[in-house]
Amino acid sequence: MSQPGIALYLHVHQPYRVRPYTVFDTADSHEYFSTTRDDASSNNEVIFKKVADKSYRPMNQLLEKLLSENDSFKLSLSITGTFLEQAEQWAPDVIASFQRIIATGRVEILAETYHHSLAFFYSLPEFERQVALHRKKIEAIFGVTPTVFRNTELAYNDQVGQWAEKAGYKGVLAEGWDTVLDWRSPNHIYRPPATNSIGLLLKNYQLSDDIAFRFSNQSWNEWPLTTDKYASWVENSFEKGPLVNLFMDYETFGEHQWADTGIFGFFDTFISDWASREDRQFYTVSDALSAFSPVAELTVPQTTTWADTERDLSAWTGNSMQREALRHLYALEHDILRTEDTALITDWRRLGASDAVYYMSTKWLDDGDVHAYFSPYDSPYDAFLYYINVIRDLRWRLMSNHGTGHLHG
Amino acid sequence: MKPRRLSLKGGVKQSAADGALFTQKNMNILMLGWELPPHNSGGLGVACYHLSKALARSGTTIDFVVPYDAEHPGIDFMNIHSATQIDPDFRYGLQAYDRDPTITKEFPDDSPINSMRAVQKKYVKYVEKLLDTVSPDVIHAHDWLTMEAGVRAKQISGAPLVVHVHATEFDRSGEQYGNPIVHEIEQEALLLADRIIAVSGITKSIIVHRYGIPADKVEVVHNAIDVSSFADYEYDMRTFKYLELLRSEGYTVAATVTRFTVQKGLTHFLRAAARASEKYDKLVYLFAGDGEQRDELIAMAAELGISDKVFFTGFVRGKQWRDAYSVADIFIMSSVSEPFGLTALEAAHHDSALIISRQSGVGEVLKHIFRYDFWDSDRLADQMIAIATSPSLASELTRGVKSEYARLTWDEVAVTCEQLYKRSMQGALV
Repeated sequence: MSQPGIALYLHVHQPYRVRPYTVFDTADSHEYFSTTRDDASSNNEVIFKKVADKSYRPMNQLLEKLLSENDSFKLSLSITGTFLEQAEQWAPDVIASFQRIIATGRVEILAETYHHSLAFFYSLPEFERQVALHRKKIEAIFGVTPTVFRNTELAYNDQVGQWAEKAGYKGVLAEGWDTVLDWRSPNHIYRPPATNSIGLLLKNYQLSDDIAFRFSNQSWNEWPLTTDKYASWVENSFEKGPLVNLFMDYETFGEHQWADTGIFGFFDTFISDWASREDRQFYTVSDALSAFSPVAELTVPQTTTWADTERDLSAWTGNSMQREALRHLYALEHDILRTEDTALITDWRRLGASDAVYYMSTKWLDDGDVHAYFSPYDSPYDAFLYYINVIRDLRWRLMSNHGTGHLHG
Repeated sequence: MKPRRLSLKGGVKQSAADGALFTQKNMNILMLGWELPPHNSGGLGVACYHLSKALARSGTTIDFVVPYDAEHPGIDFMNIHSATQIDPDFRYGLQAYDRDPTITKEFPDDSPINSMRAVQKKYVKYVEKLLDTVSPDVIHAHDWLTMEAGVRAKQISGAPLVVHVHATEFDRSGEQYGNPIVHEIEQEALLLADRIIAVSGITKSIIVHRYGIPADKVEVVHNAIDVSSFADYEYDMRTFKYLELLRSEGYTVAATVTRFTVQKGLTHFLRAAARASEKYDKLVYLFAGDGEQRDELIAMAAELGISDKVFFTGFVRGKQWRDAYSVADIFIMSSVSEPFGLTALEAAHHDSALIISRQSGVGEVLKHIFRYDFWDSDRLADQMIAIATSPSLASELTRGVKSEYARLTWDEVAVTCEQLYKRSMQGALV
């Protein structure tokens, strides 16, 4: 019987944000993702460098320290292709530190789409191409091949699990959401229906969100969160099952929760304390799949995600602008790919980042909770406007450079 | 870079002291205004009417002074006092938004009754006399027109003065400085007022930064909309038949319903229309209203080569006025400086998508809108084209703003005013 333990998994991502791209740029400028305006909130270089200083550098330094001091510390990461491209361009030292971290052999990298897209739900062939692109990129930079899959935003349903098994993955990640689990605990491995070997790992959202969302919230009745208190909650959770899956954004450390909240000190102490215990473990996701067997089949007919209180896709596809944007984007797939125009294909794929439609979400505007989410734009409507202007430019490039497709609107 | 909503929200604190205020006796308010419907030339009269009505509904007794003599059908919830015998329909140059370059600080002794200063002088005298018979708990004066009367009433009665700023001279004069005498009158009253109500954060900022008033003396109370006054209307598509025909052929109508003054930024709007037509030819523009800039705007449309796309209606009222909103797919508020901008809420009620300049206060209370800087014609053009070419964007904007505009009620405004009256009576500044 394996010891109870924690599977820590951090998601690393930066999208290519569309700059304020006007109708006067359409058919004139084909530069969508970079702007000369230093102060622009959608300036990808400025944002990347800022987050590198606040999060990637200090957190990687801390991870390296913890890995070297504690032989039993292990974790898993997923790193998107668009993150890696931006890091290569603007912060190569961050790539180097990730390489050192992976080289310890105690940090696993997961498979996902290169562009952090929702392609699974719009075009399976394109989805598979993006997963393959990601695998190649990870192999090239880190020399490892992922064996466990996570879909963008942890978007999961039975088809995702079944696809992952067919694609050869031994595990897949999902949100341990109540409506899916009912009375069951997220602290076990499950098996998707109609599969034979793949394991489903579920995020313990209570314990994950205590760190990711609530850590610095002073109106939370548990604030301030101490490492002892948190460790006791993890212990209590083991009563329901031996595996606590702590899944969260990597940027929780230093970006969502700033350094002055004490998040780095909390992480340092908690990990060191936990690593020093002989009756408790850290598991990578692959370790967890070896250590524990699926306890039951778990059916997830509706798509779940790890986002906001609804835990569905409504933050990305909830309004008609988002659906129109995605429809227009994927309608171009065939014509774009056929051109074999690398620059055009890359631009099109970058526009598929789920972030682009997330910025168009209006679901927060009505409940006064607007400050709880981040967007580089003034409003969801501006996000849509710039995006649609870019879509028109893609059509224009198809027409004028390749003589295919047609202009609308 | 993908924070989600927090699962914990801070509770809204309600102080017990606020609640206790409502149990006291009804108040008597001396309300000093310049116009009431149907004798209004703009939003000032509408705001005064609805505010008074909501206050009366909650038990406040109001003596409302207007500078003219006329019937106000349907206003039976307060006492209306006429400061002069002037007929409201014949007071050219005396309306709330008229601007008179010959204004002097001193009240002229020999000027005819049809000058602004002469009417204001009569208004002050009338208020002085009125105070023999009424004893207000609070004096509530609206805009510079009645500020001197408000100050005088405070001196005589000792009651606290609340100055309600719907617009300052900076707003009325657009990108120019405005009339120094009016500035001076505003300055004095703002200094002497016990409390100041600003209709938006933008207006508060002007009061604080340009008149040097301490910020804690100024409270932002946004205007509201009375949806019930929009009942009994069905759009029959008959007033603007030509525009409706264009719409049926796929054209989009972008409209403004306003006074044609520099304050409204209409020249920038026209420039945006010309820019938009370079990229998209199925946008047409409805300029509903009238004002000193009318000829300039007509000439400018011709100069820009878009005369066939711009429709000037002249002054609209009643059904025509509502039809102007109804025919509009997009409502543009292009103001250079707009303290609030009630017309945006009216347009929202008639299913228009809204594009509001950042210099307009109403934008502070709406989220389902496009905003732009009044001078940024390219951005306005971009936003109009996006709405015209994307049905989903248009429907999200109109649906979204409909879900929020009706939450702004005059009853809530009245509650806030009552609390403010009580605090000013207690002499507390906060």
